[in-house]
Amino acid sequence: MPYDPGDDVLVIRQPREGAPAGTFRAFAATLKGLKMTFSRVTEGTVTINYPEEKTPVYPRFRGRHKLHRFEDTGLEKCVGCSLCAAACPADCIRVVAAENTPDNRVSAGERYAAVYEINLSRCIFCGYCEVACPFDAITLGHDYEMADYNRSDLIFTKEMLLAEPLERTPLRTADE
Amino acid sequence: MPLYAEIGYFEPWWMQIAKALVIFLVVFNMVPMALLADRKLLGRFQHRYGPTRVGPFGLLQAVADIGKLLFKQQFAPNDSRRWLYIVAPVISMVTAAATLAIVPFSDTVDIFGVKTGLYGVDPSIGILFAFAFGGIAFYGLMLGGWSSNSKYSFLGSMRAAAQLISYEIAQGLSILGVIMMVGSLSLVDIVQWQEQHLWLFIPQFVGWLVFLVAGFAETNRPPFDLPEAEAELVAGYFTEYGGGRFAAFFAAEYLNMVVISLLFTTIFWGGWDIPFWDQPNWIEPIVVLVKMWVFIFFFIWIRATLPRFRYDQLMSFGWKILLPLATVNALVTAVLVVVLD
Repeated sequence: MPYDPGDDVLVIRQPREGAPAGTFRAFAATLKGLKMTFSRVTEGTVTINYPEEKTPVYPRFRGRHKLHRFEDTGLEKCVGCSLCAAACPADCIRVVAAENTPDNRVSAGERYAAVYEINLSRCIFCGYCEVACPFDAITLGHDYEMADYNRSDLIFTKEMLLAEPLERTPLRTADE
Repeated sequence: MPLYAEIGYFEPWWMQIAKALVIFLVVFNMVPMALLADRKLLGRFQHRYGPTRVGPFGLLQAVADIGKLLFKQQFAPNDSRRWLYIVAPVISMVTAAATLAIVPFSDTVDIFGVKTGLYGVDPSIGILFAFAFGGIAFYGLMLGGWSSNSKYSFLGSMRAAAQLISYEIAQGLSILGVIMMVGSLSLVDIVQWQEQHLWLFIPQFVGWLVFLVAGFAETNRPPFDLPEAEAELVAGYFTEYGGGRFAAFFAAEYLNMVVISLLFTTIFWGGWDIPFWDQPNWIEPIVVLVKMWVFIFFFIWIRATLPRFRYDQLMSFGWKILLPLATVNALVTAVLVVVLD
Protein backbone atom coordinates (compact mmCIF):
# COMPACT_ATOMS: atom_id res chain seq x y z
CA MET A 1 0.00 0.00 0.00
CA PRO A 2 1.57 3.32 -1.04
CA TYR A 3 2.27 5.89 1.62
CA ASP A 4 -0.48 8.48 1.83
CA PRO A 5 0.63 11.66 3.56
CA GLY A 6 -2.97 12.93 3.77
CA ASP A 7 -3.50 16.62 4.31
CA ASP A 8 -0.15 17.15 6.04
CA VAL A 9 1.71 17.50 2.77
CA LEU A 10 0.71 20.16 0.25
CA VAL A 11 1.13 18.82 -3.23
CA ILE A 12 2.08 21.46 -5.79
CA ARG A 13 1.48 20.39 -9.35
CA GLN A 14 3.77 21.84 -11.99
CA PRO A 15 4.69 20.87 -15.54
CA ARG A 16 7.02 17.92 -15.60
CA GLU A 17 10.61 18.27 -16.74
CA GLY A 18 10.81 17.28 -20.35
CA ALA A 19 10.94 18.75 -23.78
CA PRO A 20 7.39 20.08 -24.40
CA ALA A 21 6.54 21.09 -20.83
CA GLY A 22 10.04 22.40 -20.25
CA THR A 23 9.87 24.48 -23.41
CA PHE A 24 6.57 25.98 -22.39
CA ARG A 25 7.88 26.73 -18.94
CA ALA A 26 11.04 28.29 -20.34
CA PHE A 27 8.94 30.45 -22.65
CA ALA A 28 6.68 31.64 -19.83
CA ALA A 29 9.64 32.25 -17.56
CA THR A 30 11.38 34.21 -20.29
CA LEU A 31 8.39 36.51 -20.69
CA LYS A 32 8.27 36.99 -16.92
CA GLY A 33 11.96 37.81 -16.89
CA LEU A 34 11.56 40.30 -19.73
CA LYS A 35 8.83 42.05 -17.79
CA MET A 36 11.05 42.12 -14.70
CA THR A 37 14.03 43.66 -16.49
CA PHE A 38 11.85 46.20 -18.27
CA SER A 39 10.42 47.36 -14.96
CA ARG A 40 14.02 48.13 -13.97
CA VAL A 41 14.16 50.67 -16.81
CA THR A 42 10.98 52.36 -15.71
CA GLU A 43 12.14 52.55 -12.09
CA GLY A 44 15.06 54.76 -13.10
CA THR A 45 18.61 54.76 -11.78
CA VAL A 46 19.97 54.70 -8.25
CA THR A 47 23.43 55.89 -9.25
CA ILE A 48 25.11 58.72 -7.32
CA ASN A 49 27.42 60.50 -9.78
CA TYR A 50 30.24 60.58 -7.29
CA PRO A 51 32.59 63.47 -7.94
CA GLU A 52 29.65 65.76 -8.69
CA GLU A 53 27.25 64.35 -6.12
CA LYS A 54 28.50 63.00 -2.82
CA THR A 55 27.00 60.37 -0.62
CA PRO A 56 25.69 62.15 2.48
CA VAL A 57 27.16 60.78 5.71
CA TYR A 58 25.49 60.15 9.05
CA PRO A 59 26.21 62.59 11.91
CA ARG A 60 28.29 60.00 13.75
CA PHE A 61 30.32 59.11 10.67
CA ARG A 62 34.02 58.91 11.56
CA GLY A 63 36.08 60.73 8.95
CA ARG A 64 39.21 62.87 9.08
CA HIS A 65 40.22 64.22 12.51
CA LYS A 66 39.81 67.82 13.62
CA LEU A 67 41.60 69.64 16.47
CA HIS A 68 39.60 72.28 18.27
CA ARG A 69 40.13 75.69 19.88
CA PHE A 70 38.10 77.41 22.57
CA GLU A 71 35.60 79.65 20.84
CA ASP A 72 35.98 82.57 23.24
CA THR A 73 39.73 82.73 23.90
CA GLY A 74 41.03 81.10 20.74
CA LEU A 75 43.36 78.87 22.78
CA GLU A 76 43.89 75.28 21.74
CA LYS A 77 42.00 72.67 23.71
CA CYS A 78 44.83 70.16 23.36
CA VAL A 79 47.19 70.12 26.35
CA GLY A 80 49.68 67.62 24.92
CA CYS A 81 48.88 64.80 27.37
CA SER A 82 49.43 62.08 24.70
CA LEU A 83 46.48 60.01 25.93
CA CYS A 84 45.24 59.84 22.33
CA ALA A 85 48.61 58.48 21.22
CA ALA A 86 48.45 55.90 24.01
CA ALA A 87 44.93 54.85 23.03
CA CYS A 88 45.66 54.63 19.34
CA PRO A 89 45.68 50.95 18.25
CA ALA A 90 47.28 51.78 14.92
CA ASP A 91 49.97 53.87 16.60
CA CYS A 92 49.58 56.69 14.13
CA ILE A 93 49.51 59.73 16.45
CA ARG A 94 52.66 61.53 17.49
CA VAL A 95 52.52 64.22 20.17
CA VAL A 96 55.46 66.26 21.45
CA ALA A 97 54.48 68.49 24.36
CA ALA A 98 56.01 71.81 25.42
CA GLU A 99 55.46 74.15 28.40
CA ASN A 100 53.22 77.16 28.04
CA THR A 101 54.99 80.38 29.02
CA PRO A 102 53.27 83.70 29.84
CA ASP A 103 54.51 85.30 26.59
CA ASN A 104 53.79 82.17 24.49
CA ARG A 105 50.44 80.88 25.62
CA VAL A 106 49.05 78.31 23.16
CA SER A 107 46.67 76.15 25.15
CA ALA A 108 44.53 76.52 28.22
CA GLY A 109 46.50 74.06 30.30
CA GLU A 110 50.04 73.89 31.63
CA ARG A 111 51.46 72.37 28.49
CA TYR A 112 50.55 72.34 24.84
CA ALA A 113 51.25 70.11 21.82
CA ALA A 114 54.26 71.54 20.04
CA VAL A 115 54.00 68.73 17.48
CA TYR A 116 50.74 66.97 16.76
CA GLU A 117 50.84 64.62 13.79
CA ILE A 118 48.41 61.98 12.58
CA ASN A 119 49.57 59.57 9.93
CA LEU A 120 46.31 59.10 8.02
CA SER A 121 47.73 56.31 5.90
CA ARG A 122 47.87 54.20 9.09
CA CYS A 123 44.77 55.52 10.85
CA ILE A 124 41.89 53.02 11.02
CA PHE A 125 39.29 55.66 12.02
CA CYS A 126 38.28 53.76 15.16
CA GLY A 127 37.65 56.94 17.15
CA TYR A 128 39.55 55.81 20.28
CA CYS A 129 41.56 59.06 20.31
CA GLU A 130 38.29 60.97 20.50
CA VAL A 131 37.18 58.78 23.42
CA ALA A 132 40.51 59.03 25.22
CA CYS A 133 40.80 62.83 25.04
CA PRO A 134 39.92 64.43 28.40
CA PHE A 135 39.33 67.87 26.87
CA ASP A 136 37.40 67.00 23.68
CA ALA A 137 40.31 68.51 21.79
CA ILE A 138 40.28 65.94 19.00
CA THR A 139 37.17 64.68 17.22
CA LEU A 140 36.59 62.76 14.06
CA GLY A 141 34.98 64.89 11.36
CA HIS A 142 32.99 63.98 8.28
CA ASP A 143 35.57 64.33 5.51
CA TYR A 144 36.30 61.10 3.71
CA GLU A 145 38.12 62.37 0.63
CA MET A 146 41.72 61.95 1.72
CA ALA A 147 43.34 60.35 -1.32
CA ASP A 148 46.74 61.80 -2.19
CA TYR A 149 49.69 61.14 -4.45
CA ASN A 150 52.38 60.79 -1.75
CA ARG A 151 52.38 58.88 1.48
CA SER A 152 54.19 61.72 3.18
CA ASP A 153 51.32 64.05 2.25
CA LEU A 154 49.03 61.90 4.38
CA ILE A 155 50.84 62.86 7.58
CA PHE A 156 48.58 65.64 8.82
CA THR A 157 50.23 68.27 11.01
CA LYS A 158 48.65 70.34 13.77
CA GLU A 159 48.03 73.31 11.49
CA MET A 160 46.17 71.14 8.99
CA LEU A 161 44.08 69.52 11.70
CA LEU A 162 43.27 72.85 13.31
CA ALA A 163 42.25 74.52 10.06
CA GLU A 164 38.57 74.95 9.34
CA PRO A 165 37.39 71.97 7.30
CA LEU A 166 36.31 72.75 3.75
CA GLU A 167 32.76 71.65 4.58
CA ARG A 168 32.56 69.54 1.48
CA THR A 169 30.86 66.49 2.91
CA PRO A 170 27.06 66.63 2.86
CA LEU A 171 25.39 65.49 6.05
CA ARG A 172 22.47 63.13 6.01
CA THR A 173 19.24 64.70 7.19
CA ALA A 174 17.06 63.03 9.78
CA ASP A 175 14.58 61.62 7.31
CA GLU A 176 17.17 60.13 4.96
CA MET B 1 28.97 29.47 -69.05
CA PRO B 2 26.44 28.53 -66.34
CA LEU B 3 24.68 31.38 -64.66
CA TYR B 4 24.56 30.62 -60.93
CA ALA B 5 22.58 33.59 -59.74
CA GLU B 6 20.88 36.13 -61.90
CA ILE B 7 21.58 39.62 -60.61
CA GLY B 8 19.35 42.18 -62.22
CA TYR B 9 21.07 45.53 -62.60
CA PHE B 10 19.22 48.32 -64.26
CA GLU B 11 21.01 51.37 -62.83
CA PRO B 12 24.01 53.04 -64.47
CA TRP B 13 27.37 52.13 -62.91
CA TRP B 14 27.81 55.40 -61.02
CA MET B 15 24.47 54.97 -59.31
CA GLN B 16 25.43 51.46 -58.23
CA ILE B 17 28.61 52.75 -56.63
CA ALA B 18 26.83 55.68 -55.03
CA LYS B 19 24.05 53.62 -53.49
CA ALA B 20 26.48 50.94 -52.32
CA LEU B 21 28.51 53.64 -50.54
CA VAL B 22 25.45 55.28 -49.02
CA ILE B 23 23.95 52.01 -47.76
CA PHE B 24 27.27 50.85 -46.35
CA LEU B 25 28.04 54.13 -44.62
CA VAL B 26 24.57 54.56 -43.15
CA VAL B 27 24.32 51.02 -41.82
CA PHE B 28 27.95 50.83 -40.74
CA ASN B 29 27.42 53.93 -38.64
CA MET B 30 24.71 52.00 -36.84
CA VAL B 31 27.47 49.83 -35.35
CA PRO B 32 28.91 52.37 -32.88
CA MET B 33 25.35 53.48 -32.16
CA ALA B 34 24.39 49.89 -31.37
CA LEU B 35 27.51 49.57 -29.24
CA LEU B 36 26.59 52.65 -27.25
CA ALA B 37 22.93 51.63 -27.04
CA ASP B 38 24.05 48.27 -25.72
CA ARG B 39 26.02 49.79 -22.88
CA LYS B 40 23.57 52.57 -22.08
CA LEU B 41 20.51 50.32 -22.10
CA LEU B 42 22.22 47.52 -20.18
CA GLY B 43 22.94 50.14 -17.56
CA ARG B 44 19.30 51.22 -17.47
CA PHE B 45 18.22 47.60 -17.16
CA GLN B 46 20.38 47.38 -14.04
CA HIS B 47 19.45 50.70 -12.38
CA ARG B 48 22.63 52.31 -13.71
CA TYR B 49 23.34 55.13 -16.18
CA GLY B 50 25.89 53.35 -18.34
CA PRO B 51 28.75 55.45 -19.78
CA THR B 52 28.25 59.16 -19.06
CA ARG B 53 31.71 60.69 -19.18
CA VAL B 54 32.80 60.95 -22.81
CA GLY B 55 30.94 63.70 -24.62
CA PRO B 56 27.45 64.90 -23.70
CA PHE B 57 25.62 62.06 -21.87
CA GLY B 58 28.51 59.75 -22.81
CA LEU B 59 27.41 59.79 -26.45
CA LEU B 60 30.99 59.61 -27.73
CA GLN B 61 31.87 56.53 -25.67
CA ALA B 62 31.74 54.15 -28.63
CA VAL B 63 33.98 56.45 -30.66
CA ALA B 64 36.43 56.60 -27.78
CA ASP B 65 36.41 52.80 -27.44
CA ILE B 66 37.06 52.26 -31.12
CA GLY B 67 39.72 54.95 -31.23
CA LYS B 68 41.52 53.43 -28.27
CA LEU B 69 41.46 49.97 -29.83
CA LEU B 70 42.66 51.17 -33.22
CA PHE B 71 45.67 52.98 -31.78
CA LYS B 72 46.89 50.00 -29.80
CA GLN B 73 49.85 47.88 -30.85
CA GLN B 74 49.11 45.33 -33.56
CA PHE B 75 50.18 42.38 -31.47
CA ALA B 76 50.23 38.76 -32.62
CA PRO B 77 51.29 35.75 -30.53
CA ASN B 78 54.63 34.30 -31.52
CA ASP B 79 53.34 30.84 -32.35
CA SER B 80 50.26 31.93 -34.25
CA ARG B 81 49.70 31.15 -37.92
CA ARG B 82 50.49 34.69 -38.92
CA TRP B 83 48.68 34.96 -42.25
CA LEU B 84 45.46 33.31 -41.10
CA TYR B 85 45.57 35.24 -37.87
CA ILE B 86 45.53 38.49 -39.80
CA VAL B 87 42.92 37.46 -42.34
CA ALA B 88 40.36 36.01 -39.91
CA PRO B 89 38.91 39.29 -38.59
CA VAL B 90 38.79 40.59 -42.15
CA ILE B 91 36.65 37.61 -43.18
CA SER B 92 34.32 38.26 -40.25
CA MET B 93 33.94 41.91 -41.19
CA VAL B 94 33.49 41.32 -44.93
CA THR B 95 30.88 38.61 -44.54
CA ALA B 96 28.92 40.69 -42.07
CA ALA B 97 28.98 43.70 -44.37
CA ALA B 98 28.25 41.70 -47.55
CA THR B 99 24.83 40.61 -46.31
CA LEU B 100 23.83 44.28 -46.27
CA ALA B 101 23.80 44.24 -50.05
CA ILE B 102 20.49 42.41 -50.32
CA VAL B 103 18.51 44.26 -47.66
CA PRO B 104 15.92 46.43 -49.41
CA PHE B 105 15.28 49.87 -47.93
CA SER B 106 12.63 50.84 -50.45
CA ASP B 107 11.20 49.89 -53.79
CA THR B 108 12.44 51.30 -57.07
CA VAL B 109 12.44 55.09 -56.89
CA ASP B 110 13.41 57.98 -59.13
CA ILE B 111 16.60 59.78 -58.10
CA PHE B 112 17.38 62.71 -60.43
CA GLY B 113 15.44 60.94 -63.14
CA VAL B 114 17.35 57.69 -62.70
CA LYS B 115 15.35 54.62 -61.80
CA THR B 116 17.08 53.18 -58.71
CA GLY B 117 16.29 50.29 -56.42
CA LEU B 118 17.10 51.32 -52.87
CA TYR B 119 19.05 48.14 -52.15
CA GLY B 120 22.52 46.94 -53.04
CA VAL B 121 21.57 44.09 -55.32
CA ASP B 122 18.47 41.99 -55.82
CA PRO B 123 19.87 38.60 -56.81
CA SER B 124 17.49 35.84 -57.83
CA ILE B 125 18.78 33.66 -55.00
CA GLY B 126 17.74 36.42 -52.59
CA ILE B 127 17.80 35.25 -49.02
CA LEU B 128 20.17 32.37 -49.86
CA PHE B 129 22.81 35.05 -50.40
CA ALA B 130 22.54 35.93 -46.71
CA PHE B 131 22.83 32.28 -45.69
CA ALA B 132 25.82 31.81 -47.98
CA PHE B 133 27.67 34.65 -46.29
CA GLY B 134 26.54 33.39 -42.90
CA GLY B 135 28.24 30.14 -43.83
CA ILE B 136 31.44 31.90 -44.80
CA ALA B 137 31.37 33.99 -41.63
CA PHE B 138 32.03 30.80 -39.76
CA TYR B 139 35.49 30.66 -41.39
CA GLY B 140 36.30 33.97 -39.74
CA LEU B 141 35.58 32.61 -36.27
CA MET B 142 37.10 29.20 -36.98
CA LEU B 143 40.33 30.51 -38.49
CA GLY B 144 40.59 33.17 -35.81
CA GLY B 145 40.43 30.61 -33.04
CA TRP B 146 42.56 28.02 -34.75
CA SER B 147 45.34 30.26 -36.03
CA SER B 148 45.99 31.94 -32.68
CA ASN B 149 47.26 28.59 -31.33
CA SER B 150 45.69 28.79 -27.90
CA LYS B 151 43.50 26.18 -26.28
CA TYR B 152 40.88 28.72 -25.21
CA SER B 153 40.65 30.23 -28.67
CA PHE B 154 40.45 26.77 -30.18
CA LEU B 155 37.69 25.60 -27.85
CA GLY B 156 35.80 28.84 -28.42
CA SER B 157 36.00 28.52 -32.18
CA MET B 158 34.93 24.87 -32.00
CA ARG B 159 31.88 25.89 -30.04
CA ALA B 160 31.16 28.74 -32.42
CA ALA B 161 31.39 26.38 -35.38
CA ALA B 162 29.09 23.79 -33.81
CA GLN B 163 26.61 26.47 -32.78
CA LEU B 164 26.55 28.22 -36.15
CA ILE B 165 26.04 24.97 -38.06
CA SER B 166 23.28 23.71 -35.75
CA TYR B 167 21.31 26.92 -35.80
CA GLU B 168 21.83 27.70 -39.46
CA ILE B 169 19.84 24.58 -40.32
CA ALA B 170 16.91 25.63 -38.15
CA GLN B 171 17.14 29.17 -39.50
CA GLY B 172 17.13 27.99 -43.10
CA LEU B 173 14.15 25.72 -42.53
CA SER B 174 12.19 28.44 -40.73
CA ILE B 175 12.43 30.62 -43.83
CA LEU B 176 10.95 27.90 -46.06
CA GLY B 177 7.39 28.73 -45.04
CA VAL B 178 7.88 32.35 -46.04
CA ILE B 179 9.40 31.37 -49.36
CA MET B 180 6.50 29.01 -50.11
CA MET B 181 3.89 31.63 -49.28
CA VAL B 182 5.55 34.37 -51.28
CA GLY B 183 6.78 32.14 -54.08
CA SER B 184 10.05 34.00 -54.41
CA LEU B 185 13.44 34.10 -52.75
CA SER B 186 13.99 37.79 -53.44
CA LEU B 187 13.73 40.02 -50.40
CA VAL B 188 12.16 42.77 -52.51
CA ASP B 189 9.42 40.37 -53.60
CA ILE B 190 8.93 39.26 -49.99
CA VAL B 191 8.39 42.84 -48.84
CA GLN B 192 6.09 43.63 -51.77
CA TRP B 193 4.03 40.54 -50.92
CA GLN B 194 3.73 41.77 -47.35
CA GLU B 195 2.66 45.18 -48.61
CA GLN B 196 -0.19 43.60 -50.58
CA HIS B 197 -1.25 40.95 -48.07
CA LEU B 198 -0.14 41.05 -44.43
CA TRP B 199 3.07 41.00 -42.44
CA LEU B 200 4.48 37.52 -42.50
CA PHE B 201 5.00 37.11 -38.77
CA ILE B 202 1.25 36.57 -38.42
CA PRO B 203 0.75 33.60 -40.75
CA GLN B 204 4.29 32.36 -40.10
CA PHE B 205 4.38 32.86 -36.33
CA VAL B 206 6.24 29.63 -35.54
CA GLY B 207 8.68 30.26 -38.35
CA TRP B 208 9.21 33.77 -37.02
CA LEU B 209 9.95 32.51 -33.50
CA VAL B 210 12.41 29.92 -34.78
CA PHE B 211 14.09 32.49 -37.01
CA LEU B 212 14.31 34.93 -34.11
CA VAL B 213 15.94 32.45 -31.74
CA ALA B 214 18.24 31.10 -34.42
CA GLY B 215 19.14 34.69 -35.30
CA PHE B 216 20.23 35.25 -31.72
CA ALA B 217 22.40 32.15 -31.93
CA GLU B 218 23.83 33.13 -35.32
CA THR B 219 25.02 36.48 -34.02
CA ASN B 220 26.54 34.94 -30.87
CA ARG B 221 24.53 37.27 -28.70
CA PRO B 222 23.40 36.34 -25.20
CA PRO B 223 21.94 33.93 -24.20
CA PHE B 224 23.77 32.12 -26.98
CA ASP B 225 27.19 33.73 -26.47
CA LEU B 226 28.81 30.42 -25.61
CA PRO B 227 31.74 30.88 -28.00
CA GLU B 228 32.97 33.67 -25.76
CA ALA B 229 31.86 32.37 -22.35
CA GLU B 230 34.21 34.41 -20.16
CA ALA B 231 34.03 32.10 -17.19
CA GLU B 232 35.35 29.11 -19.06
CA LEU B 233 37.05 30.35 -22.20
CA VAL B 234 38.49 33.79 -21.33
CA ALA B 235 36.96 35.31 -24.48
CA GLY B 236 36.49 32.44 -26.92
CA TYR B 237 37.84 32.63 -30.43
CA PHE B 238 39.24 36.16 -30.06
CA THR B 239 41.11 35.49 -26.82
CA GLU B 240 44.48 36.16 -28.45
CA TYR B 241 43.33 39.19 -30.41
CA GLY B 242 43.92 42.78 -29.38
CA GLY B 243 43.81 46.27 -30.78
CA GLY B 244 42.40 46.81 -34.24
CA ARG B 245 41.89 43.13 -34.97
CA PHE B 246 39.86 42.67 -31.83
CA ALA B 247 37.92 45.78 -32.79
CA ALA B 248 37.18 44.16 -36.15
CA PHE B 249 35.78 41.03 -34.48
CA PHE B 250 33.82 43.16 -32.05
CA ALA B 251 32.41 45.41 -34.75
CA ALA B 252 31.57 42.35 -36.84
CA GLU B 253 29.50 41.00 -33.96
CA TYR B 254 27.53 44.23 -33.74
CA LEU B 255 27.27 44.52 -37.51
CA ASN B 256 25.87 40.99 -37.53
CA MET B 257 23.32 42.09 -34.98
CA VAL B 258 22.36 45.08 -37.15
CA VAL B 259 22.12 42.89 -40.24
CA ILE B 260 20.04 40.19 -38.59
CA SER B 261 17.72 42.90 -37.24
CA LEU B 262 17.34 44.19 -40.80
CA LEU B 263 16.53 40.64 -41.93
CA PHE B 264 13.91 40.24 -39.16
CA THR B 265 12.39 43.51 -40.32
CA THR B 266 12.48 42.64 -44.00
CA ILE B 267 11.34 39.04 -43.93
CA PHE B 268 8.76 39.04 -41.16
CA TRP B 269 7.84 42.60 -40.22
CA GLY B 270 6.95 44.13 -43.54
CA GLY B 271 10.22 45.83 -44.41
CA TRP B 272 9.46 49.38 -45.50
CA ASP B 273 5.69 48.91 -45.24
CA ILE B 274 3.45 50.78 -42.84
CA PRO B 275 0.05 49.06 -42.69
CA PHE B 276 -3.13 50.96 -43.62
CA TRP B 277 -1.16 53.87 -45.04
CA ASP B 278 0.20 54.47 -48.53
CA GLN B 279 3.45 55.94 -47.27
CA PRO B 280 5.61 58.24 -49.44
CA ASN B 281 8.85 56.81 -50.79
CA TRP B 282 11.22 59.01 -48.86
CA ILE B 283 9.96 57.73 -45.51
CA GLU B 284 10.51 54.06 -46.36
CA PRO B 285 14.25 53.79 -45.52
CA ILE B 286 13.52 55.49 -42.19
CA VAL B 287 10.76 52.99 -41.47
CA VAL B 288 13.19 50.13 -42.09
CA LEU B 289 15.79 51.66 -39.78
CA VAL B 290 13.25 52.34 -37.04
CA LYS B 291 12.02 48.77 -37.15
CA MET B 292 15.65 47.63 -37.07
CA TRP B 293 16.25 49.64 -33.90
CA VAL B 294 13.25 48.02 -32.27
CA PHE B 295 14.91 44.67 -32.80
CA ILE B 296 18.28 45.92 -31.58
CA PHE B 297 16.50 47.07 -28.43
CA PHE B 298 15.03 43.60 -28.15
CA PHE B 299 18.51 42.06 -28.50
CA ILE B 300 19.75 44.19 -25.63
CA TRP B 301 16.65 43.52 -23.58
CA ILE B 302 17.20 39.76 -23.95
CA ARG B 303 20.85 40.22 -23.05
CA ALA B 304 19.85 41.93 -19.82
CA THR B 305 17.34 39.20 -19.00
CA LEU B 306 18.57 35.73 -19.86
CA PRO B 307 21.63 33.94 -18.49
CA ARG B 308 23.88 32.00 -20.81
CA PHE B 309 22.90 28.49 -21.83
CA ARG B 310 24.92 25.47 -20.88
CA TYR B 311 26.55 23.84 -23.89
CA ASP B 312 24.42 20.68 -23.88
CA GLN B 313 21.28 22.80 -23.43
CA LEU B 314 22.29 24.83 -26.46
CA MET B 315 22.76 21.73 -28.58
CA SER B 316 19.58 19.97 -27.46
CA PHE B 317 17.57 23.17 -27.87
CA GLY B 318 18.81 23.62 -31.41
CA TRP B 319 18.46 20.04 -32.58
CA LYS B 320 15.54 18.72 -30.52
CA ILE B 321 13.24 21.75 -30.42
CA LEU B 322 14.04 24.35 -33.06
CA LEU B 323 14.80 21.95 -35.90
CA PRO B 324 11.60 19.84 -35.47
CA LEU B 325 9.54 23.00 -35.01
CA ALA B 326 10.93 24.52 -38.19
CA THR B 327 10.39 21.27 -40.09
CA VAL B 328 6.78 20.92 -38.93
CA ASN B 329 6.20 24.57 -39.75
CA ALA B 330 7.53 24.07 -43.27
CA LEU B 331 5.42 20.93 -43.79
CA VAL B 332 2.20 22.50 -42.48
CA THR B 333 2.77 25.60 -44.57
CA ALA B 334 3.39 23.49 -47.66
CA VAL B 335 0.13 21.57 -47.16
CA LEU B 336 -1.85 24.74 -46.45
CA VAL B 337 -0.41 26.57 -49.43
CA VAL B 338 -1.47 23.72 -51.71
CA VAL B 339 -4.89 23.26 -50.11
CA LEU B 340 -5.86 26.93 -49.89
CA ASP B 341 -4.51 27.92 -53.27
